[in-house]
Amino acid sequence: MSRWEVGEVLPERAYVLTRADLVRYAGASGDFNPIHWSDRVATAVGLPGVIAHGMLTLALAGRAVAEWTDHAEVLELGSKFTQPVVVPDDDTGVEVRVAGTVKAVEGDRVTLALEVTSGGAKVLGMPRAVVRA
Amino acid sequence: MSLGPELVGRRYPATPPYAVTSEKVREFARASGVAYDGPDGPVSQVPATFPIVVAFEAMGAFLAAEGVDLARIVHGEQRFSYVRPLVVGDRLTATLTIASLRQIGGNDIVATASEIADESGAVVCTGTAVLVHRGVAA
Repeated sequence: MSRWEVGEVLPERAYVLTRADLVRYAGASGDFNPIHWSDRVATAVGLPGVIAHGMLTLALAGRAVAEWTDHAEVLELGSKFTQPVVVPDDDTGVEVRVAGTVKAVEGDRVTLALEVTSGGAKVLGMPRAVVRA
Repeated sequence: MSLGPELVGRRYPATPPYAVTSEKVREFARASGVAYDGPDGPVSQVPATFPIVVAFEAMGAFLAAEGVDLARIVHGEQRFSYVRPLVVGDRLTATLTIASLRQIGGNDIVATASEIADESGAVVCTGTAVLVHRGVAA
């Protein structure tokens, strides 16, 4: 008997991203695309400014899933990157919020529908995770 | 440059083997804000998005092979499905295939699939990505 119930709303998580986080993530992931650290390059290619790596935002969604499920095995994780998360060059950074709802329970496979927002706007499209829990 | 339809179905050479070490996983987990205590735990799970490190190698090799400037690429979508969890000690390679390519509003929308396999050749994880190649304004 699963402890998960379809429709269950998981407690929303809030995380902060700063420029320093982007630099650290660039180094750790190997993604040195300058749109994640150079305003000059980001604006030259038509972006509003330096943006977070989509994968860093998705990693925060994965963090929330790990926290909700006590680090359950992840079977699927993904999203579209629909809105850039612009990270200002200040000490405050930008907040990313992760909400989740249990969408389906099939045996030990639990599907979580996520909602990831920044400044009130959805930044990930159809983020979802499937865990063994 | 624009990417042509002849790329669809193209399979790029596998990336060199990538050794998953606890130090690298710890660094990646810290950068992602995800808990990780090393292979002996208590939290021993490799962060779910870690395979991007290997998938990104394959994407970089594809972009370099086609002469694409990384700064013109925006990641449009990424999904992973896992056959088994990654573990420290894995030696992984990624093999990227171009699944589809279309042009919208001067941008190339490239869908890729990267199979991430261990030393035995068994697929551990598949990553599908959509890369948006932003065209240069005329």
